[in-house]
Amino acid sequence: MTFYAFIFYVVAALIIATTALAITRRNLVHAVVYLIFSFLGSAMLFYLFGAPLLAALEVIIYAGAIMVLFLMIIMMVKVESPAERMYPLSQWLPAAGFGLIYLTVGALMVFATPGSEIPLEMALATPKEFALYVFRRHWLSIEVVSLLLLVALIGAFHLGKRKGGNEAEDEV
Amino acid sequence: MIVPFGHVLLLAGVLFLLGLFCAVARRNLIMMVLGVEIMLNAASIVFVAAALHWKQLEGQVFVLFILAVAATEVSVGLAMIVYAYRRTGSFDPGAYNLLQ
Repeated sequence: MTFYAFIFYVVAALIIATTALAITRRNLVHAVVYLIFSFLGSAMLFYLFGAPLLAALEVIIYAGAIMVLFLMIIMMVKVESPAERMYPLSQWLPAAGFGLIYLTVGALMVFATPGSEIPLEMALATPKEFALYVFRRHWLSIEVVSLLLLVALIGAFHLGKRKGGNEAEDEV
Repeated sequence: MIVPFGHVLLLAGVLFLLGLFCAVARRNLIMMVLGVEIMLNAASIVFVAAALHWKQLEGQVFVLFILAVAATEVSVGLAMIVYAYRRTGSFDPGAYNLLQ
């Protein structure tokens, strides 16, 4: 086992552990903070797989912007966290069973596929190469994505606008 | 030399399953959106690893678009959640039974 493989397994264990902790927390703030660690681990994986620009973007956008947005929403509204109840065990067990089947079949499929046991080679896509590639081959998609972000901005603004009238506004 | 591609796929599969569990089993709209985020993140891990496996930059380009779509989805989704909270005063998806 090489040093890089060791790093990969440690980071993978970290990601799975923090995500599992995050999705079982009752307190939403704790869940979001655990998830920030999960996304930082993903950024480390991206760096290990030779995508430094994407690692930086993952930290800035996922762990930074999106999680801060979640934290702001959680702080903005009163959350009744103890009142939340899980589904009963009779609905739980089939879900767990199907999840286990999914995992087993997935693992079998992954290891039965030829070529999946060859270790990945180290490679690096520098930000310059990546940017040239994106803007030479995919400039139209970038424009479409910018349009999508504009639509999201307008939509979020419209939804967040308070309408004067009879709604229960004083709760927020 | 890092690890085989299959191990990365397995990690992403487990992560996707955790996100799916979060989106399905939690009865809180914010946690459901968080579950969708976890699933998108698992998909991007596979894309980056596949870009390394086949030595193609397309996978990394796709992760860029996944980041943009995730940001869009979260901003609109959270705005809708706040809107629904103003109308009903609850985050429980079971509380939205206006048509009953």
